[in-house]
Amino acid sequence: MLTNSNLPTFEGPVCPVPLIHNDVIVMGHGSGGRMTQELVDRVFKKHLSNPILGEANDFGSVPSISGRLAVSTDSHIITPLFFPGGDIGKLSVSGTVNDVAVSGAVPLYITAGFIIEEGFPVSDLEKIIISMAETAREAGVQLISGDTKVAERGKVDKLFINTTGLGWIPDNMQIGGQYAAPGDAGLISGTLGDHGIAVLAARGDLGFETGIQSDVAPLNHLIGAILSAAPHTHVLRDPTRGGLATTLNEIAVQSHTAIVLEEDKIPVRREVRSACDMLGFDPLYLANEGKMIVIVPEAEAGAALEAMLLHPLGQFAARIGTVQSTPHDRVLMQTPIGGSRILDVLAGEMLPRIC
Amino acid sequence: MCLGVPGKILEIYDSHSIRMAKIDFGGVTREACLETLPEARVGDYTIIHAGFALNLLSEDEANETLSALAELSLIEHELGSEGF
Amino acid sequence: MDVLDQFRDAGRVKSLLEKIRKTVSRSWVIMEICGGQTHAIMHYGLHELLPPEIELVHGPGCPVCVTPLELVDKALAIAAQPDVIFTTFGDMLRVPGSGVDLFSVKAAGGNVRVVYSPLDAVKIAQENPNKQVVFFAIGFETTAPANIMSVIQARAMKLKNFSILTSLVRVPPAMHAVLGSPQNRVQGFLAAGHVCSVMGFWEYPEIAAKYHVPMAVTGFEPLDLVQGIYMTVDQLEKGTCEVQNAYSRVVSFEGNKSAQKLLDQYLEPCDRQWRGIGLIPMSGWKLRPEFKDFDAENRFNVEAIQTKESEICIAGQILQGLKKPYECPAFGTLCNPTNPLGATMVSAEGTCSAYFRYYKRV
Repeated sequence: MLTNSNLPTFEGPVCPVPLIHNDVIVMGHGSGGRMTQELVDRVFKKHLSNPILGEANDFGSVPSISGRLAVSTDSHIITPLFFPGGDIGKLSVSGTVNDVAVSGAVPLYITAGFIIEEGFPVSDLEKIIISMAETAREAGVQLISGDTKVAERGKVDKLFINTTGLGWIPDNMQIGGQYAAPGDAGLISGTLGDHGIAVLAARGDLGFETGIQSDVAPLNHLIGAILSAAPHTHVLRDPTRGGLATTLNEIAVQSHTAIVLEEDKIPVRREVRSACDMLGFDPLYLANEGKMIVIVPEAEAGAALEAMLLHPLGQFAARIGTVQSTPHDRVLMQTPIGGSRILDVLAGEMLPRIC
Repeated sequence: MCLGVPGKILEIYDSHSIRMAKIDFGGVTREACLETLPEARVGDYTIIHAGFALNLLSEDEANETLSALAELSLIEHELGSEGF
Repeated sequence: MDVLDQFRDAGRVKSLLEKIRKTVSRSWVIMEICGGQTHAIMHYGLHELLPPEIELVHGPGCPVCVTPLELVDKALAIAAQPDVIFTTFGDMLRVPGSGVDLFSVKAAGGNVRVVYSPLDAVKIAQENPNKQVVFFAIGFETTAPANIMSVIQARAMKLKNFSILTSLVRVPPAMHAVLGSPQNRVQGFLAAGHVCSVMGFWEYPEIAAKYHVPMAVTGFEPLDLVQGIYMTVDQLEKGTCEVQNAYSRVVSFEGNKSAQKLLDQYLEPCDRQWRGIGLIPMSGWKLRPEFKDFDAENRFNVEAIQTKESEICIAGQILQGLKKPYECPAFGTLCNPTNPLGATMVSAEGTCSAYFRYYKRV
């Protein structure tokens, strides 16, 4: 007699008969039917439960919020999915929490959409969901709506995640790149290039090994500490793709100012510098996933820096430069030997070079 | 043409009869070819370019250069053309 | 090695700069042959700190910049073929050929892979026995040993699917071409430290004497460069034309004899086209006939390609130190790192790229 446990398995077209597939994701998991529900219950809900998700609607309904809202969405594509210091799950929640928090908003809710390649191991998916749950708990946000789709083998590179975050902006909060003003101090919350090098090493293409871990982390609590100490902070931004150099250029252009950096004050781990020297990379263009640029009026610079240094995620915080009025829209670097150069945006992709 | 960085030799071994080494670049390790430095030993420093050791890096020569430059800054007359 | 940090020490550098200021009595034109030197000078802002009497001009020591257009087009043609894995240093990925670049070939589905070392390309060949793996072997004497080692390793592994497309060039003929040109303004020379770590500098005294040009072999840290400039200025003021070694911790007069022997075993001198400059006789190397199986030009029948260079690009004049990038009408506008018209804007150490990225355009 045929039972659920001894039905034959099928490749190819989706079979309407619910089959038990415990190890890997198959097309049926994305069809919206019983298989999807089982996957959601078994993997997603097991680790991500909260009252809003528990209502089991297609939408998440949140209590009313008075005041301005910050909303941010991001899609996450990374190879490899698991790297020293984190994974795509931690990356997606942290990234969106940070994008919301840099407005000065308190991040509250997150949604997540998953596009999974047929054949993806369920155990890996579960690890990623657990990671997202842990990161959400660390940040104090709730995941209130989600979606799962499955793409045929080869149509997606293992797993793509999209996250959207919602946060509440306190009154009188005016933080943004355009507010950087001449005389402001430029601070960074820690060492640069860790994530970029950790991921590059994990990919293995360049054949080098290092103990560097990604710095991926939700920074909303650190930001809270900074804003308590320095309530007139002008700019908060995390230097992700394109690194510190590209991000500072964006701010300089938004505010029509010049940002002048002191090279020997910029914190870079020894191993990151060594990897960059070997490959011909510049650490200022590497991605960071757990660092914050802070631009504050000079009067509050000391307090902001101290607040960061006291926080576990800001131990290597440093003052790295100042904002000036000219040459506007530019970032300049003062070198340790007394010279200077322009620090431009990243053009294209950084590639290992021999010259 | 010129991106070469110092690295310390941690291990030396043969791979398909070619002399290879594991190099420490200051917390980052990678394999490099040591075929043209038969005299190199574990603990030596080399300049590595594109995964290949160009030549040995001498700490003694480095110190000598620095001393000579320091002297130069103190002395008014020229040292002559024999170089450092 | 902790002592190496001293070669970036601001105090020592400033002290030596002061010495240069005291020594110089008139203007001098000094060429750095190597793109890595150009890059370091601009990276540290050294060009701003030198006394105004010293003009630094940048030479053709960028193998990316001087790889002939025809060879780039051949690379593109080979890379576009199915069953080929085309491997290259990152530097070459965006060098424009007559139409596109390797990056576009990759985007269009070509199997183009960036490697850090030629030996990584051999690994790829070993792992993909059903594909033809080609490595774009560009470089001066610094890179030639690594490039040749890939052939040696492939032979040792008995690989039948590996070959190299060579664009190997030599410094001394380029120096002759620059210094022997009727438009030459160069009076002093900074020789390339890593080229000399392989080749030594025994080839240079003859050149220094012939053109009466003093030279210093330099490294790439700020102190190395300033030391080399000081030594050259000192000689210029005295009227001597010796070759001095300002990178003795890595460079010796003879160089790495074992590496030179290897190069001689596998390579023979040949004429080479230098992109933007033209033919410089005996300025290149090619694989000896007995290794033709590893020569991609032999393995792939890529027909003579009609090359088309940008009409506006003045890379050739820049490579010979005759013009500066900001004298080019397209500099920073039509031609920039995202849309380069010529190789000097693409290469990380290309003069135009260095000026675009670092030079204060205020």
